[in-house]
Amino acid sequence: MLRGATESGVLMATTEIAPQGSAASAGGRPIVNDFSIQVATANGSGSQSANSILLRSIFQMGVPVSGKNLFPSNIAGLPTWFTIRASKKGYIARKKEIDFAVAMNPETAREDVLNLAPGAAVLYDEPLKLNELRSDLVFYSAPFDKIVATVCPEAKLRKLVKNMIYVGVMAQLLNLDMAEVEKALRKQFAKKVKAADLNWNAAKAGYDYAAASLTKSDPFTIERMDKTAGMIIIDGNSAAAMGSMFAGVTVVTWYPITPSSSLVESLIDYMKAYRIGPDGKATFAIVQAEDELAAIGMVLGAGWAGARAMTATAGPGISLMAEFAGLGYYVEIPGVIWDVQRVGPSTGLPTRTSQGDIEFVAKLSHGDTFHPMLIPCSVAECFGMASEAFNLAEYLQTPVFVMSDLDLGMNNWMSEPFQYPEAPVKRGKVLSKEDLDRLGGFARYKDVDGDGVGYRTLPGIDHPQGAWFARGSGHNEKAQYSERPDDYKNNLDRLRHKFENARNLVPKPEMVRNEGHDIGIMAYGTSHHALVESLDQLQNEHGIHADYLRLKAYPFTGEVLQFIASHKRVYVVDQNRDGQMLNLLKLDVPAEHVARLRSVLHYNGLPLDARSVTDDIISQEAK
Amino acid sequence: MAATATPEPKTNRIGLTVLDYRGGKTTLCAGCGHNAISERIIDAFYEMGMPPERVVKLSGIGCSSKSPAYFMGRSHSFNSVHGRMPSVATGAVLANHRLVALGVSGDGDSASIGIGQFVHLMRRNLPMIYIIEDNGVYGLTKGQFSATADLGSKLKTGVINDLPPVDTCALAISLGATFVGRSFSGDKRQLHSMLKAALAHRGTVMIDVVSPCVTFNDHEGSTKSYKFMKDHEEPLHDINFVPAFLEIDVDYDAGSTVNVTMHDGSALRLHKIEEDYDPTNKIGAIKRIMESQEADEVLTGVLYLNTAAPNFIDMLDMTDEPLATLPESVTRPSRKVLEECMEELR
Repeated sequence: MLRGATESGVLMATTEIAPQGSAASAGGRPIVNDFSIQVATANGSGSQSANSILLRSIFQMGVPVSGKNLFPSNIAGLPTWFTIRASKKGYIARKKEIDFAVAMNPETAREDVLNLAPGAAVLYDEPLKLNELRSDLVFYSAPFDKIVATVCPEAKLRKLVKNMIYVGVMAQLLNLDMAEVEKALRKQFAKKVKAADLNWNAAKAGYDYAAASLTKSDPFTIERMDKTAGMIIIDGNSAAAMGSMFAGVTVVTWYPITPSSSLVESLIDYMKAYRIGPDGKATFAIVQAEDELAAIGMVLGAGWAGARAMTATAGPGISLMAEFAGLGYYVEIPGVIWDVQRVGPSTGLPTRTSQGDIEFVAKLSHGDTFHPMLIPCSVAECFGMASEAFNLAEYLQTPVFVMSDLDLGMNNWMSEPFQYPEAPVKRGKVLSKEDLDRLGGFARYKDVDGDGVGYRTLPGIDHPQGAWFARGSGHNEKAQYSERPDDYKNNLDRLRHKFENARNLVPKPEMVRNEGHDIGIMAYGTSHHALVESLDQLQNEHGIHADYLRLKAYPFTGEVLQFIASHKRVYVVDQNRDGQMLNLLKLDVPAEHVARLRSVLHYNGLPLDARSVTDDIISQEAK
Repeated sequence: MAATATPEPKTNRIGLTVLDYRGGKTTLCAGCGHNAISERIIDAFYEMGMPPERVVKLSGIGCSSKSPAYFMGRSHSFNSVHGRMPSVATGAVLANHRLVALGVSGDGDSASIGIGQFVHLMRRNLPMIYIIEDNGVYGLTKGQFSATADLGSKLKTGVINDLPPVDTCALAISLGATFVGRSFSGDKRQLHSMLKAALAHRGTVMIDVVSPCVTFNDHEGSTKSYKFMKDHEEPLHDINFVPAFLEIDVDYDAGSTVNVTMHDGSALRLHKIEEDYDPTNKIGAIKRIMESQEADEVLTGVLYLNTAAPNFIDMLDMTDEPLATLPESVTRPSRKVLEECMEELR
């Protein structure tokens, strides 16, 4: 089923009809810590800060919360939406239904409101007169321009401060503790005290206005909980950056591309803060390359010469890297490539999320090629997999791809604090001068240990037998040029053997639930958060029980095939049109099990929500 | 008593013989200019006493890019992908700035498919020697024109080139390379001296060496043939390079010689043939190159030299120990740092 075809592109609210569980069914009872807010603004109006403060205030009150920024590929002016979900049960996937809309953008306000489910609440900018549109919603209006004028004498700043008014209004309506709002606000503006004061006054003005002029008549409210104590909030790209710093990265090359740019920009900040040596000098090099071809070329040059080198990119960059990826595979050079996936093909939707590069990256190159992929589902895994990716790349002497996505990379997620990397920095099979003295020489591509991985030396090694010739052309065990059929075939077979061996080295999948049910579900990356919720929906609403395995890496480990073998039907959830992970599974799954695999697909650019998964599985189960 | 003692083989200042600088047997055509360039590299690196283990050879794809296999077999080498050697070289030098990087490219590799990377390498002034073995044709694909082929140059098949050439030297000078030269594979003395001087420079050395393709571009009507070069080479000066490890004689005629002190203290003496040529004048250099094109001459020599500009490694302000071999204690921050980062995010 082509799930998602009913949800249109930019205007996320236009066709999303809340099917159930919406405010309408609450019947006057308060709905505590279980609803979603959607704020519609214009891009570049400073709404990001306001939304972050709203999100963080709820978080600080101990309520599990998640935020999704739905933004256009544009610097200023086009519509943007931010959804905040509070969930006492801890669900952090996108919620399809909107319970409370904040309509600040005249361009989309009408359509946003028309698409709300009955019973939803709306806060709108007074001149928009949205209350005339429907009678089955709860409307609150506020004269934002008038209020902002009272707290912000400087007219040109008002546009930016205006959004802070709705933070105050919402705080009052949702019963947020204003002390938490102030704390979040001052954290947001950090050292910019003047800006913090100005914005705080705006928030207070909003709060006061609501207290004096609005009568609470919707059911949504926040009550203090203790579910977020000690937790952090961070986006996946920053987590990946921090993880890379702790992984000991030394060379970083990149070409700016959404949604990966912030990964390297964040890394630059971290490295400047924590990786300047006692001599005041950098223990790293970060280079903005002329394009992605150069970015990965530099990674391979640096990896060859012994650095821990990485780059971060997205789909179009991955396309450009194909030739070098094959070189890295064939010459056997370590490197880490973060692919923060966005919607393709071509330019696609540069600011929307997807898992559309899975199949391409797995075999990125001409010729017979396979690459290991690690697939984080959370900010904590972005942090941890940064170290795992380097250790794996250096052990296997091959490029390793980390497949993040825009939803994970660019949205803020709450998380338990990150764990310091357990494994030491492992540099793989690198021979020293002393090793060469003892061995009297070496054959670069000889499979000495039976794992398909040869021993290498680093350029600059002070030994007359230390050099080897890295070449993308045919070579024998001694790295000498060879066009001999047996040399070529033996080499390719060893590379395949090495990749097979990687099955034992990549992270094992997470067995989220395995209770012997007929139905198994497999998902990966950010789909996980929708899946956790969908499992509950399937069980509570439909009495359907299913097991769930979360994939964390490619190649697949034995547990994956075992999971398929032990379930009658296995749904594979992909955030792409073609069932890319399912296609990779088909390469490995025994023929008699292939018919068990079913596809759940989501590819409209929006983060996956539980309801879509549940509906799809129910419909397929009914067949 | 018979005189049986064989003479000690000649060695350089680090005790190596010239054989220690040789590589595999060439598979290029007999008479290929590239082979002569390989010989000059061997001689220059030997004479300068450059430890082969410190050198990395880098190349792209093409006849020229095969040649690193034919010299200095004790050096690491990386034969990468077409036109992308500059990025691989950049990565290697970032990882270990103590390496002496020698890139060998061709006119197709640098001026067509790789011009993007070529341009940005020049801009960065990465410390490395970048040689273009320039024959105006694609040899390995059997003789199509490259982007350095001159207007009006004729292929063996009779096809005339009607597009203007990319002048890699003018390009390199305008973009920021700090040692730019042009030479001819048949000009043994000039190329030899220029390569020795190149080893003393800390910045991008770009040398375009006209290197005739005996199989596809050495005929009448070609502007990259041995004969054309013999008739049209226009040397700017005689090059005399005095390495820092030799005692520098102070005796030269300041009126007829440009004397440049290189980064390592060695001296580059350019004995003027052209009275008023100043190789430190960027605009003058590009103007003179353009004039020589108009006059159908191939201007050779050290066209431009700037020993004051910072190179890319200086700009990155890295610690002296190569990044490649920094220990975990340096590259992985402490648990305390992680705790600090976590606290920031609470």
